[in-house]
Amino acid sequence: MGLADRKATYKLYAQAIPGSFAIEKFDTAPCRMACPANLNVQGYVAMVKQGKYEEAVKIIMEDLPFPGILGRICPHRCEKSCRRLELDSSISIRELKRVAADHVDLSKLPVPDITPRNEKVSIIGAGPAGLTAAYFLAIDGYEVSVYESMPEPGGMMRYGIPEHRLPRSVLDAEIDNLKRYGITIHTNTVIGRDLTLEELREHGASAIFLAIGAWKGLKLRIPGEETAEGISDVTTFLREVHLGNLKQLSGKVVVIGGGHSALDAARVALRLGASEAHIVYRRSRTEMLAEPEEVEETEVEGVKIHFLAAPISIGSENDKVTGIECIRTRLSDMDSTGRRKPIPIEGSEFFIEADHIIPAIGQEPDFAGLTQKLNLNVSKWGLLEVNPETLQTNIPEIFAGGDVISGPATVIEAVEAGQRAAKYIGQYLQGKVLPTEWQEEPPMGTNWQAPSKDEPMKDRLKVPTLPKQQRLSGFEEVNLQVDETSAQEEADRCLDCGGCCECYRCVEACGPQAVTLETHAQKPETVELEVGSVILAPGFTPFDPSKFDNYNYAKHPNIVTSTEFERILSATGPFMGHLTRISDKKEPKKIAWFQCIGSRDLNRCDNAYCSSVCCMYAVKEAVIAKEHADYDLDCAVFFMDMRTPGKDFEKYYNDAENKHGVRFIRSRVHTIDPVHGTDDLEVRYVTDKGELKTEIFDMIVLSVGMEISPEMVDIANDLGIELTDGKFCKTSDFQSFATSRDGVFVCGAFQGPKDIPESVMEASAAACSTGVNLSAARGALVKERIFPDESDISGEEPRIGVFVCNCGVNIGGVADVPAIAEYAKNLPNVAYVEENLFTCSQDTQDKMVEVVKEQHLNRIVVAACTPRTHEPLFQETIRNAGLNPYLFDMANIRNQCTWVHSNDKKTATEKSKDLIRMAINRASLLEPIPAVSVDINKSALVVGGGVAGMTAALSLADQGFPATIVEKSSELGGVAKDLKKTWKGRDVQEFLSGLVNKVTRHPGIEVLTDSEVTDASGFVGNFETQVSNGNGTKSVKHGVTIIATGGKPADVDEYLYGQNPRVTRWHDLEHDPDKLKDAESVVFIQCVGSRDDNRPYCSRICCTSSILQAIAIKEEHPETDVFILYRDIRTYGEREALYKKAREMGVIFVRYSLDNKPKVSEVENGLEVDVFDPVLQRSLKIKADYVNLATAIEPADNMAISESYKIPLNAEKFFMEAHAKLRPVDFATDGIFLCGLAHYPKGIDESIAQAMAAAGRATTVLAKDSVQISPLVSQVDADQCIGCGLCTEVCAFSAIELEEIEGKGYRAKNIPASCKGCGLCAASCPQHAIDMLHFRDAQIIASVCAAV
Amino acid sequence: MAEFEPKIVAFLCNWCAYAGADLAGVSRLQYPSSIRTVRVMCSGRVDPMFVLEAFKDGSDGVLVAG
Repeated sequence: MGLADRKATYKLYAQAIPGSFAIEKFDTAPCRMACPANLNVQGYVAMVKQGKYEEAVKIIMEDLPFPGILGRICPHRCEKSCRRLELDSSISIRELKRVAADHVDLSKLPVPDITPRNEKVSIIGAGPAGLTAAYFLAIDGYEVSVYESMPEPGGMMRYGIPEHRLPRSVLDAEIDNLKRYGITIHTNTVIGRDLTLEELREHGASAIFLAIGAWKGLKLRIPGEETAEGISDVTTFLREVHLGNLKQLSGKVVVIGGGHSALDAARVALRLGASEAHIVYRRSRTEMLAEPEEVEETEVEGVKIHFLAAPISIGSENDKVTGIECIRTRLSDMDSTGRRKPIPIEGSEFFIEADHIIPAIGQEPDFAGLTQKLNLNVSKWGLLEVNPETLQTNIPEIFAGGDVISGPATVIEAVEAGQRAAKYIGQYLQGKVLPTEWQEEPPMGTNWQAPSKDEPMKDRLKVPTLPKQQRLSGFEEVNLQVDETSAQEEADRCLDCGGCCECYRCVEACGPQAVTLETHAQKPETVELEVGSVILAPGFTPFDPSKFDNYNYAKHPNIVTSTEFERILSATGPFMGHLTRISDKKEPKKIAWFQCIGSRDLNRCDNAYCSSVCCMYAVKEAVIAKEHADYDLDCAVFFMDMRTPGKDFEKYYNDAENKHGVRFIRSRVHTIDPVHGTDDLEVRYVTDKGELKTEIFDMIVLSVGMEISPEMVDIANDLGIELTDGKFCKTSDFQSFATSRDGVFVCGAFQGPKDIPESVMEASAAACSTGVNLSAARGALVKERIFPDESDISGEEPRIGVFVCNCGVNIGGVADVPAIAEYAKNLPNVAYVEENLFTCSQDTQDKMVEVVKEQHLNRIVVAACTPRTHEPLFQETIRNAGLNPYLFDMANIRNQCTWVHSNDKKTATEKSKDLIRMAINRASLLEPIPAVSVDINKSALVVGGGVAGMTAALSLADQGFPATIVEKSSELGGVAKDLKKTWKGRDVQEFLSGLVNKVTRHPGIEVLTDSEVTDASGFVGNFETQVSNGNGTKSVKHGVTIIATGGKPADVDEYLYGQNPRVTRWHDLEHDPDKLKDAESVVFIQCVGSRDDNRPYCSRICCTSSILQAIAIKEEHPETDVFILYRDIRTYGEREALYKKAREMGVIFVRYSLDNKPKVSEVENGLEVDVFDPVLQRSLKIKADYVNLATAIEPADNMAISESYKIPLNAEKFFMEAHAKLRPVDFATDGIFLCGLAHYPKGIDESIAQAMAAAGRATTVLAKDSVQISPLVSQVDADQCIGCGLCTEVCAFSAIELEEIEGKGYRAKNIPASCKGCGLCAASCPQHAIDMLHFRDAQIIASVCAAV
Repeated sequence: MAEFEPKIVAFLCNWCAYAGADLAGVSRLQYPSSIRTVRVMCSGRVDPMFVLEAFKDGSDGVLVAG
């Protein structure tokens, strides 16, 4: 999202799953691709940026041995391909290489470990090609000897390139460094004269690399060249200078040519004392091979360059050169090779006086008979012939490369030849078959990292040069060193095209060796799996609002999407959870949310559907933003309909408005304008009453909707599954988790926009469906989890490890966590303390295991949130470390401290310390407790015989787990008996009768009608329920319980319901079609008894239901006027299409508010409905034949069930699930599951999904043979017991009984499987003969002692 | 003189009162910080001895909630 900088190695966010790092790679950067030696340019530039010069040099030396040399004289093709050129100018890559090299003493760098080999290689020629080959062969372990004819090694680098460009100190140091790799260089040794190849072979050389260069200058081939004195080709001239034979020069010098050596010769001539230096070049400045800066410097020094001029003859007097006759040229158009030929212009001859003429037009190799002697093939160009890929000559053991095969070229090209030769000589020596043809490189990809939108323009680094007056007196280096700051700034201009720069610092840094050179090189691979079912859970893509220019999202930093705002609010986000706006990093004072961005919008995008989640998340973001701000933050939400139909959402919405003061403005804003001179934003909108208003906000959040990505649409097409108009997966109402293709299931937002709880339910439902299909193969691929052996800590002194959690800002934002951690260090028995951002994150868990082992800890205390949610996680963690899970305690410093004392940071810190001290005191006395397991009764009891109950029972029975349905009424079916059609138009009665049929005929299902649960006992795997049918009570034993007690329409006493037969509710009207025949007008009233003080919840399905009925009326009787009086239309998801259809059919929607409800009165022959229309700003009187009320949906009377199974109800008497978001069908009590209307009002599709989910969750219990139960039970000390029996009297679970011991009378005995661990027996025992495991008297007292 | 704020030790049942105290946190209800909670698996576990111990150690009040 671009809110924060991210490196190529990154972790999405602290709690992300998987909790590991990823490396972002794009195609190889163009600079690297352009480099003949494939140098990792991006890598060393990135290192220079950080001032890590040694690392930079190491990266360079992966590919060549001469960083300082190439940092000076490379013609840098890389810079010509730099993508920075598209923005401003290329990066000075060569200069950055020099900066790195100049800061590193090569002789101090470690030589890599070399494993010696037996083979020897001889290299002829110590130029760049020969030395590079020597370098790589030496690293590979070969014994390398280099033979050089000149007095010193370096080849053209020494004898061709003058010192003012390449100081000899640099050259010497880098060549010297090679000796450390075990390379021996024999100078003044001419092969053929001093040594023969045969002798080399005799010395054991198994392969030979010929890299003798091209030293013979080409002739001008013009009259006068052969006779006159004072002509010397450039190679000879420069060599003589560098050998020290030529120290002075007088008179005028003319150099012919346009390459580097021509410029070098002219500049050297001036330095030797020449009075004038000219260069004659037959093409223009643009065609010059040398780079423009070089040409410029040459001219600065006084060299006169004659462009577009060609020599035609040499003038001489007394055999001494007097000058050169030239002719002007013009350039032809480009020929097929792209070159422009110089064409002489007749009559334009001119003469340049000269004492010395230096042709610099090219060189060729000087074989001196070597080729004939060895029978080596030579091309017609006078070059050695080799296999272009392997550089092997016609004699297999002889390879050749560099100028000797290519003619004069650059050092970097010679380096490439050296690399190539080393590679293939190595392969040759290892007996591998060498390729015979040129190996094409894979095509260069162009998927590079995009430059960031706000990448600043910056000029290219200017390299400082030696002042002109200091230059000509000697050979001092002309280009001066760039200072570090400028170099680092220059490196910072790099766009990191390749993503990861392949510096491999991560490989070096990774202790556990998760990132190695091999894993780093990992590429996507295709794996084939044979499966029986496929579940699609690809999720959604947030809508990209940058296509809406009226919202200015792409242009203005303070307009963010809701997903970006989530990150801003997150403790692990870019601002560590501190509310911050992007442009100036200030705290915003006013924030606006715009709803329905990319949803319910067919005009500007194709998303007609409602994204379902945006209203609720916007409300949540507004409330949390207000909580994060310790100042008065103004939050306003601009919306069309507020859609909060989820469980407890309406209460949250009401609290946001009434308690937190979030403003809700019913208006769709069309334009956002930046306020000139500030970073603020002006919003113009029209109110309900039609008034135009403007308001200025600091920040705007666009509540973006959900979309299915084009990639996912392609995948769906490939899979052959059908999609809806909104591109979501097409499913039926009776199986919302099954795609159009058998065996392929779906869950989550791909099925349709939805919130987390519905996604989780659907996921469990999809899992259950696959389970039904594949039940025969259950367990076939299960791998049993193996924990390490528990370490025996008996006799050890307590060594407590304390982990203090910041919980993002939840704890750390209030209490002083470092101070708390410091305090804990000094408490008795504490051996180790650390603080974590999130102690529950995966990496901290892994670390905890390590710490326990390293520090030999035997008790752990985590000071964080509540043990009710997180204790099992940490217990598993310490079990992984070999500790018994009961050697653990938590200090609840979040829920019971920082959250409830957030206004008083000081006392919150003090209380946290106390809570930790209490936990540590108790932890010192904790003991290991062995696990207890009991067998599982593999059957289910389902309470409720509606659609949800039957679906759950059927899917369990289909998997081979018998089920008993307990139904209160005399028949199965529940409230579905009243339904006609689903929202997608399917016939409910047909489905229902089919379902009832299947259930009643299934041999694995027993149906008990007219029956009720009267009592229940037991625990997961072993429940016993008493079912009474009026005639008697039956005891049912079962392993799991599914609660599906359903719901019913609420009774109402408003709108004349019950007083006038024309007022009906829900499906009454629908079931009486005769009534509608002559009706002229029908009015639906929504939210009757919902969303008010009595029932502060939305009944979720009424909007869709009324609209469906309205459409049905309009279809049958188009002339009938149909009105729907509503507060917010909540046709969430793709149900929105029904709302649109109804409007198109002429159904009239009139909004009303809770404080001004419609009034229904009786008039002659009908009813009159009086409602205030907020758009027209006036009252409407609607004559109605019928008024149909969408009354609230209430749960069944659940009190008895709640008490029997000890499962909680919420304030509205719906059952309360274990976790609203993550465990929507579980109860906190294991083995009991929830589905249907008993949970919350929902459509039949959602009820079925939830029922399948409950069955799926139940299967996770039933599929096992045994279950571990809590071992926290009572323990009787028989020696202390006097057999009074008080404990057996108080135990509600019959978990303790008296047992006769011969000669001693009675003694109490506990029954662990029945014991609930309440401890009533222990508290009641007059002898203190009973104690509770894990809650021993001494342990509790230890807490109490430390509390005050 | 600062207002007297009693130090309270509270024994909370894991299944109801302790869950309620957690919920108070989730709901961000604010209350005085002078309370120290001890989690027990049932308020029935609270031996009178524990209550006396709390007073003995200097608490001004004891709350047993379950």
